[in-house]
Amino acid sequence: MKVSLSWLKTYVPVNLPVGDLADKLTMAGLEVGSVYDRYDYLKAVIVGCIREIAAHPAAAHLKCCRVDTGDGAVSVVCGAPNTAVGMLAPLALPGAVLPDGRIIRAGQIRGQASAGMLCSAAELALESDAAGLMALDDRLTVGEDLKSALQLNDPVLEIELTPNRPDCLSIIGIAREVRAIQDCEMRLPDTRLHDENDRAAHLATVTLQAPDLCPRYAARLFEDIRVGPSPFWLQDRLLSVGQKPVNNIVDITNFVMLETGQPLHAFDFDRLAGQRIVVRKPGKTLTFTTLDGKERQLTADTLMICDRERAVAIAGVMGGQDSEIKSHTRRVLLESAYFDPASIRKTAKALGLSTEASHRFERGVDPLGVVDALNRAARLIVETDCGRLIEGLVDTHTALPAPRNIALAPERANRLLGTRLAPEEMTQLLESIGFKVTPRAPQTPEGGLNVQVPTFRVDVKRPEDIMEEIARRWGYDRIPTTFPKISTAAHRENRPLELRDRIRQMMTGFGFSEAVSYSFGATQHPDMLKLAPDDKRRRLLRILNPLTEDQAVMRTSLLPGLLEAVKRNAAWQIRDLKLFEIGHIFIAAAEKQQPEEIETLTALWTGAGETGLWRSGGRNCDFYDMKGVAEGLLGGLGMQGLRFTRLPAEQCDYLKPGYTAQIVVSTRRVGAVAQLAHDVLENFGVTQPAYIFELDLNQILEHLPDVRQFKAIPKFPAIARDITLIISRRIEAMDIIDSVHGLSEPLVEKAYLFDVFEGRPIPEGQKSVSLRIVYRSGSGTLEDERVNRIHKDITDRLVQQFGASLPA
Amino acid sequence: MQASIEEIHSTALSEIETAQDAETLKALATRYLGRKGRLTQFLRDIAKLPPQERPAAGRQANTVKRELEKRFAEALAQAENHAAAHGEDAIDVSLPGRPARVGSLHPVTQVNQQICGIFSKLGFDIAEGPEVETDYYNFEALNFPPHHPARDMQDTFFVSDGIVLRTHTSPLQVRVMEKTAPPVKTIAPGKVYRCDSDLTHTPMFHQVEGLLVDEGISFGDLKGTLTAFIHRFFDERIRLRFRPSFFPFTEPSAEVDILCVICRGSGCRVCSHTGWLEILGAGMVHPAVFENVGYDTSRYTGFAFGVGVERLAMLKHGIDDIRRFFESDMRFLSQF
Repeated sequence: MKVSLSWLKTYVPVNLPVGDLADKLTMAGLEVGSVYDRYDYLKAVIVGCIREIAAHPAAAHLKCCRVDTGDGAVSVVCGAPNTAVGMLAPLALPGAVLPDGRIIRAGQIRGQASAGMLCSAAELALESDAAGLMALDDRLTVGEDLKSALQLNDPVLEIELTPNRPDCLSIIGIAREVRAIQDCEMRLPDTRLHDENDRAAHLATVTLQAPDLCPRYAARLFEDIRVGPSPFWLQDRLLSVGQKPVNNIVDITNFVMLETGQPLHAFDFDRLAGQRIVVRKPGKTLTFTTLDGKERQLTADTLMICDRERAVAIAGVMGGQDSEIKSHTRRVLLESAYFDPASIRKTAKALGLSTEASHRFERGVDPLGVVDALNRAARLIVETDCGRLIEGLVDTHTALPAPRNIALAPERANRLLGTRLAPEEMTQLLESIGFKVTPRAPQTPEGGLNVQVPTFRVDVKRPEDIMEEIARRWGYDRIPTTFPKISTAAHRENRPLELRDRIRQMMTGFGFSEAVSYSFGATQHPDMLKLAPDDKRRRLLRILNPLTEDQAVMRTSLLPGLLEAVKRNAAWQIRDLKLFEIGHIFIAAAEKQQPEEIETLTALWTGAGETGLWRSGGRNCDFYDMKGVAEGLLGGLGMQGLRFTRLPAEQCDYLKPGYTAQIVVSTRRVGAVAQLAHDVLENFGVTQPAYIFELDLNQILEHLPDVRQFKAIPKFPAIARDITLIISRRIEAMDIIDSVHGLSEPLVEKAYLFDVFEGRPIPEGQKSVSLRIVYRSGSGTLEDERVNRIHKDITDRLVQQFGASLPA
Repeated sequence: MQASIEEIHSTALSEIETAQDAETLKALATRYLGRKGRLTQFLRDIAKLPPQERPAAGRQANTVKRELEKRFAEALAQAENHAAAHGEDAIDVSLPGRPARVGSLHPVTQVNQQICGIFSKLGFDIAEGPEVETDYYNFEALNFPPHHPARDMQDTFFVSDGIVLRTHTSPLQVRVMEKTAPPVKTIAPGKVYRCDSDLTHTPMFHQVEGLLVDEGISFGDLKGTLTAFIHRFFDERIRLRFRPSFFPFTEPSAEVDILCVICRGSGCRVCSHTGWLEILGAGMVHPAVFENVGYDTSRYTGFAFGVGVERLAMLKHGIDDIRRFFESDMRFLSQF
């Protein structure tokens, strides 16, 4: 909502500097987003002095002028009839933007250089005179900008209104707030009209066929209409808030809407069949051409303004082309109505058409302001001499709403706000913005105040709404700052959140940086990831109104986001990346159901194994680097009973077969560690190998021990013995370790791998695997001979079980 | 024998005195104190003395041994310091260390943790909820009637009839109150979605919702709690103001501004020349919301607030473009 100070001042004196006014409005809940001066465009227009005039060689009606700019002279081509040597006139310099939107550029006009434009008063929207150059007072300084030369100032406040304040979608509405802020008087325009007869009612009839959607429709008729430009003062008002004048009738309807907040619509009365207005739903779909020339499809229950035969306007949104005011219009029916806000909003939404009128109707206009606005417009039509009023008001309505009365208990208001205001103070604050306050009869149980809400305040419905008005008028900043009595109950921990924070901490400790990608995905991502046809990650949740095609669904994997990050970073020459992300993936459920949301961790490692290590040989990361991170993380979380097993090739989809381990906790698959399949990387435009680690955090949480149990620290020393076996390279090392554990030898404390080697002198197809077995007894120090005996026994069994040989 | 230990003692001391470097000292130490050293040998020979002489000789020899050990250690340390000081024994300490790099936590996570940390210490619980939400929880239960212009305040992504991407974390207010009897003291961090994208808007961002309900909670308490939070998050001197605003689920509603951290109120591009930055929305819980969750509106009052995490992160770290948060650009991430 734009409010020019010049227009505002016609209803209320403004004593405050404009900056202070803006602050006070903001602090009253009418947020002033910006203040600019309406005449700022005149800063690029200067006082020019015509020094020489020559005929234009190519056009008889044009002249070539030398214009003094106060800083040298420029050539300007001009067609005005009143150019004269020595005349002072406005010169718009290149870059100036005129009120009609024209941008001035230096150029050539029919072959002659022109470095600006000499302007008429109309072109500068300063007066209506368009006949010739605006002659400026000789005493002005040549070269000064016109804004300061003419001392033109008209600050415009741009107010960002919240949807609960339709009453302020009008200059008068803002003036009411200014009145309260300054505690001063207000002058409202006279809207009285004394109809001598009701001729109009005989000429036109109005029928409300959908009174729930349009409970009130008022109209007035005019004859001898002369459509033409509005008087300058009216155009000037509209221009001051950035509205373009159209013609006198349309300008008056716009003026009154901006002044009062009540949208009006003017019909060419002679275009209304049967001279009737019927407000109804069409009952069937129809095509309708609105006055902007667009054909629109309307549903059967769109509220329409119709004549005897057909629709003539979409109620409260936009009029029809057929019945709009044209230059030859002779008789006018002016509409002022109240429409149901929800109905107007549905229509405007369905059409994707938001107008000044629909904006106001869908927020709610003053149901009792309908006739005042109509009368104001009628008076203006008569006063500006654009037509004659046909006497008689047509006002069709159902029962008019009575002003709302709300009981207010002052002590409850004080308790909610934390204030100590006396009922008299509350009364004063409320009365300053048009509420009527009376003490309630003492016998009513709650006592307190009765507050009558002005009908333009459609948002005030409950005692709490009144309390906000009190607080707003009193000033939020004056409400004492206190602290709630905090109960001593300790904050309850949130396990999933704490798990995620621990994971984040560990992952960053492992050198991974956290990424946050959009939760959106593209429809083709499952294909790019080669997911199996029955993979649940193919169950995409589609967004009905996505911003872009690559954000059309909710993601079912964190991987595309990370791969896109790899690609983007590669474009910035960053090829060594360790990234992780924790976030939801979304698996669509049945239609109209919320999806399954799974908290997921994905880590990705690509490029150097150790970034920038000056002593390293520049080794790249590999599967075991990534697996080490997975083991470190899960071990650090205290996960028990973890197993990494080969994922069968047919289940590998985006993972590289043979280089993929699934992470299993007590038979449930909770994640995977893998190298990414080459073609999947290619699908995402990634050109280097990458390793990932994925975890379903919902499942991890289920398996995480609550409390770790202490195990006694061994009292006696351990003895370690090593075995090196030469076995087929197809045997997985973990099987050997499992086998050692499987022997259930009580003295074996642990067994682990410490070396794997392939290549000479180990025969082709075989590898040497070295493991260490740690023996310990809980009851005493072990003797060498005993350990040697057991160790030999284990070695023999392994050799036999795995067809192994021992190194020479 | 007596003369011999004294002789060992004095020659050792004079040899230590004349030794030039650590190598010589180490060799000397071996010559005297090693397994076959002179002093060691002497100690061994004590056993050959008549029994009545052994204790005195042993005492004396051990005293000498302890002194020599001490002198050798001192001299060695001195020699090594001397060598290091003259650059004879040094490593290139300017070479970088073997990397033990930590990664970085996303700035949104860091700010989220700071916000949650401040409120946890005030005794607030932390709740979370679905990002794909029903119209009921996202709008209706929060007093946004169907076909109300207030719904335009938040550009909504729709998924199907009655299902939306949540436009704010406020649905958690309703979800928490449905499950918990008052008093309630909860914050709810999470991702939210709005159909909007430009320099200052991304279609996904993060919010933290707060809710406190009990008997006798006032607007003054809301001011006190949020002031404490902002002071803790930025600094104690920062100025803030509460001004009237509108949210369907609070009444009275407030917008909280802080004095622009960039220009300190004189007006700049960041604060659109107003001197103030809007950083959170808040208000007293609307009685309609209490009615929807079956709370007794005559007994309980409460306040709620919502804060944009990226907004706070941008102000705190001086980040100029909200889109940077979601580009996973290492040049950005590694700064935090």
